[in-house]
Amino acid sequence: MKTVSSLLDKKWYERYKKISNLNIRSSIYDVTNRCNLRCKGCFFFSSNEEKAAPEEMDIRKWEAFIDREKKRGVNLAILIGGEPTLCLDRVEAFYKHLPTFCATNGLIKISRDRFPDLMLGISLWGNEADEKLLRGKDTFSISSRNYEGDPNVYYLYTLTPMQIGKIDQIIGRIRDVDLKVHLQLLSNDEGIDGFNWKPEVLNDLRFEMDDVLDKFPDTVISSKYYHEIITTGKMLGRVFGWNECPSVTQPLDNRSPRPKRLIEFIRWASDLKTMHRCCTSETRDCFTCKDGAAHMSWVMVNKRAHIRTTKDLQNWIEIYEMFAKLYQFIPW
Amino acid sequence: MPTGTDIEKIILHVAEIMINELKLEDVTPETFDPEIDLVDEVGIDSMDLATVALVLRDQYGIRIDEDDYPKLTNIRLISEYIEKKLNEKSEAAAC
Ligand code: SF4
Ligand code: SF4
Repeated sequence: MKTVSSLLDKKWYERYKKISNLNIRSSIYDVTNRCNLRCKGCFFFSSNEEKAAPEEMDIRKWEAFIDREKKRGVNLAILIGGEPTLCLDRVEAFYKHLPTFCATNGLIKISRDRFPDLMLGISLWGNEADEKLLRGKDTFSISSRNYEGDPNVYYLYTLTPMQIGKIDQIIGRIRDVDLKVHLQLLSNDEGIDGFNWKPEVLNDLRFEMDDVLDKFPDTVISSKYYHEIITTGKMLGRVFGWNECPSVTQPLDNRSPRPKRLIEFIRWASDLKTMHRCCTSETRDCFTCKDGAAHMSWVMVNKRAHIRTTKDLQNWIEIYEMFAKLYQFIPW
Repeated sequence: MPTGTDIEKIILHVAEIMINELKLEDVTPETFDPEIDLVDEVGIDSMDLATVALVLRDQYGIRIDEDDYPKLTNIRLISEYIEKKLNEKSEAAAC
């Protein structure tokens, strides 16, 4: 029988031991239904999720809810929205009680006195022209000024077909402001003209992602296996989609047989009562879904399947490390 | 299924259930090291353990508490847990 120690040398085994007992239990929270931007292709607004439930406005109810979430075993709160920094009292309530990550467009600068080491992931949709086209303004010029050199900030760069051939320029700009970047992909069903993936383009993209990782190893937080999985939608011969997705809200998960999944994962709407189907839009087609966290988690929950060859297990470790770095479980 | 509380028999039986339920390859109940760490070394997770626990419940008539999963890190510990539960059951039946 293949075992971890039979497949890894000492160096890799030490890396494995650093992550093997982390037991990350995440859930996702819509902090608010509002945003100071209206990006074309934002899954939240394109699927009317801002109308799914009215926002809970009482901060004491948020605090009581966070306490319940902690008791439920959540040890990573992922804050999304809308734009969470529009409601900093809610962000603070999470931050004070749970390991917290906050997605933001970076237009509002949070105070590091109030949030000394809160990890922020700043959304970025491409170069200046694409940002203006998709988001109405070049957010990078503002967010990079707000957060230059901040060790607890990275860019969440959403790759679109328009970015092919330009990715390294953008990563160079991120490196120049001394920040890091994680790559993710736009999903086809966001339905923006000219922004749909075609299989041959995804193949090119995979190798371009590999190239930027080689070129900027200290800036890009990624792994070649992640690039393979997210561009092909395949892992160990299995195909990503509804039957395999790990990021379905647990109480709404009626799949049978149940695939490997995130334990106790829930995505909560901002009324603190309504649950969304999964980590992204309810209307998204699972077949073309390119959600980065769902793909990373897909690998992570399938550890045993990767205890097969040395390379498979090393791939699994690299993806787990990437996730653990992005959410501050281990240092960069 | 072993009838007594002979720990070695239970170990072999638990190993057999694990191999069959989780489709483990290149291992037999006899070669499955009962001390090997199932989570760290074999990659067995709480969903796998829940699958195995269901079969153990049917075969031994005992329930493995989910809160006890973190303690049950190898086949010997699972088998001792089963043995203890079986003994408790037979003591309760004798009262
Ligand atoms: S900034 Fe984020 S939440 Fe706001 S519209 Fe754009 S993608 Fe959506
Ligand atoms: S849309 Fe994506 S994340 Fe949501 S259930 Fe489908 S595959 Fe999973």
